[in-house]
Amino acid sequence: MLTTERKLEMYRRMQRIRQFEESLIIRGTEGHLAIGQEAAIVGACMALNDNDYITGTHRSHGHPIGKGAALRPLMAEMLGKVTGICKGRGGSMHFADSTVGVISESAIVGGGIPLATGAALSISVLATDQVSLCFFGDGACNEGAFSEAINMAAIWNLPVIYFCENNHYAMTTSITQSHGQPDIAKRGEAFGVPGVTVDGQNVDAVYQVTAEAVSRARDGHGPTLIEAKTYRFEEHNEGLEVPTPYRSEAEINHYRTHCDPLVLYRDSLLKKGISKRQLSTIKAEVAAEVVDANQFADSSPFPDESSLYDYMYSNPINYPN
Amino acid sequence: MQNANTKITYKQAMTEAHKEEMLRDERVIVMGEDIVLHGNSELINMFDSKRVWNTPISENAFTGMAVGAAMTGLRPVVDLTVASFTYLASDQIINQASKLRYMTGGQMKIPVVFRCCMYYNLSMAAQHSDRPYSMFMNSPGLKILLPSTPANMKGLLKSAIRDDDPVLIFEDVNLWDQEECVSTDPEVLIPIGQAEIKREGSDITIVAIGATLNIALEAAQILEDQGISAEIIDPRTLIPLDTEALITSVRKTGRLVIVDNAHRTASVGSEIAALIVERAFKSLKAPIQRITTPDVHIPYSETLEALVYPNCSDILAAATVAIAY
Repeated sequence: MLTTERKLEMYRRMQRIRQFEESLIIRGTEGHLAIGQEAAIVGACMALNDNDYITGTHRSHGHPIGKGAALRPLMAEMLGKVTGICKGRGGSMHFADSTVGVISESAIVGGGIPLATGAALSISVLATDQVSLCFFGDGACNEGAFSEAINMAAIWNLPVIYFCENNHYAMTTSITQSHGQPDIAKRGEAFGVPGVTVDGQNVDAVYQVTAEAVSRARDGHGPTLIEAKTYRFEEHNEGLEVPTPYRSEAEINHYRTHCDPLVLYRDSLLKKGISKRQLSTIKAEVAAEVVDANQFADSSPFPDESSLYDYMYSNPINYPN
Repeated sequence: MQNANTKITYKQAMTEAHKEEMLRDERVIVMGEDIVLHGNSELINMFDSKRVWNTPISENAFTGMAVGAAMTGLRPVVDLTVASFTYLASDQIINQASKLRYMTGGQMKIPVVFRCCMYYNLSMAAQHSDRPYSMFMNSPGLKILLPSTPANMKGLLKSAIRDDDPVLIFEDVNLWDQEECVSTDPEVLIPIGQAEIKREGSDITIVAIGATLNIALEAAQILEDQGISAEIIDPRTLIPLDTEALITSVRKTGRLVIVDNAHRTASVGSEIAALIVERAFKSLKAPIQRITTPDVHIPYSETLEALVYPNCSDILAAATVAIAY
C-alpha cells in the first residue's frame, strides 16, 4: 500500500498536470490537454520506478509530469524555446524526457506501442530489473501496431504494461462507432495477455492495478493490458473548432461534476485524515511551480538559427549539401 | 590472422560481418522473419537465444521494437527479408527511427540497422522485386548504404552496426554468389559516406549504383578498346552521398552517365544529375544521361522482365552519345 507521503505526491503530480495545462488555456496555447485524465496517468506512473521506461501519445504533457519531470523544460518546449526538454524540436505532442524515463511521445497514433515493447526487449536482453509501460488511447487499439506488438510481448514474455487511457473518443469518433469489441481489456485474451479494467478517475485504483501488473512483469510473468476508463474534459485539441457536436454537453458536464479525478482524490484524502491545509498547501506550491515554469519559458531564448541542423545525425558527413 | 584475406561470397560477407560484430559487442542483436534462412542460421547456432530473435510476420511492430530497443541500449540489426516489406515497416522507419533523435533534441540515439534484401530479375513479379532505396533518400535522418561487392558488404555492414544512427542497407540478391578476397581483420571497416573509384578514366564518368557496377566495368573495358577512357564510380553510400567524389570526377571528364537498377522518377540518378548541374554545370560537355529501369512494374514473365533493367549495351550507347555530342 502507498504511504501517506506517496499519496500526497500523487495528489501533487495530478495538480501539476491540471495547473500546467490550465495555464496553457489561459495563455491561449494550442495543445492536446489531459485535463480529466490525470488519475489514470499519475496512478500508472507512481507504480513505476524512476528508471522504468514509458512511451506516450500526442496528448503528451501528462506523462512526463506524472513520471516526475521538472516543469520548466516542459513549458519551455511548449513555447519552442532552446531550453525546452527537446530543444524546441518536439513541442506539445512530443514531450519525451529521458531524465524520467520517457523515451518517446508519439503523435502517430499507436506509434509508441512498438517502441515500449522494444524497450522491454532491451530489458529482457540486458537482464535489468526495469519494466516498460506504454500509454495509448482507445483509438490506438485499432492500429495494427497494437496487435502486432502485444502479440510479440506475449510470445516473448516481455516486461511491458500496455496502459490504455480509454477516454471514449478517438478525436471525434466514439468508441461505440469504431470498436467491434469496445471492452478493450478483453482484447488481451486474444493474445494470451491478461486484461484488466479499472476506473481511470480513481487514482488509488489505477495505482493498485498497475502495481500488480508491474509486479507480474518484474517477476518474469510477462505483459498485462490495462484499460483505464477515463474522460477528456476539454476538446481534442485546445483551439480546435468542431462544428458538429459529437458528444453532448450533458455528458461532459456529468464527468466534470461527478468524475473530476482531483476532486475525487481530494475528498478521499480528506476522509483518510489528511488536512485541508496540507492539500491547499500542495495546490499553492504547484501554482508557484507553474508560474515559475511560465516565467522561465517566457524569458528563455528561441533556438539559434545556426542550430537548425543540430541533432539530425550523430556524425554527419557532407551534411547538408 | 591480421591482414589476411579470404575469398568469400557476398552472402558470406554478410554473415561474417554479423558474427564479428556480435562477438565484439554483446549489445548487437539480430531480429527478423524466418531467421533460419537468408544466411543467418549460423548465428542461431553461435549465439544465445537473446541475441537472435525469430519474429512473427509483423513488420511494423518488430521494426518499431528494434527502434525502441536501440533507444534503450541495444544495437539491433533487423532483417526485413524482402526490400518491398520496408513499406509495411516504413511508418516506424520514417516516423520514429529517422526522426526521434531530432525530435527529442538529441536525448535519444537510434543505433539500428535495417537490412533490406532486393530480390529482382528472378521472375518474382512486382511485389517482390522492388529496389526502393531512392524513396528513403527523401526522408532525412536515415543513412542509406548499397554495397556492390563482398568487401563492401562486409565493411559497410560492420560500419552500419557500429553507427549511432538508423541505417538502411540494401543487399542485392543477384550478388549473393559473387566472390572476392576480403580481409579477415575484424577492424577493417569501410567508412559510411565514401565513394569508391573502381576504375580511373578521363573521357567520361559512369556512376554505377549498386549491382550495376558489374555491367559498368564490363562497358568500361569495351570502351577502352574503342579508345574511350571511362571512370567508374560506385557511390556505395547514398546518404550521406560523397558529393565531392562525383563532382571532382565530372569536372575532370566533362561527361556523366548514371546507371541504376531502380525506377527512374525522383531516383538517386535524378539526385546526382541535379547535383552535377548545380555544382559542375560549366564542366559538362554533353547532357547527363540516366540509364534506369523505366517506370513500369516488374513483370513476372521472363521475356518481359529481361527488358527492364539496364545492361552493358545501354551504357555503351549512352557513352557513345555523350562522346559524340
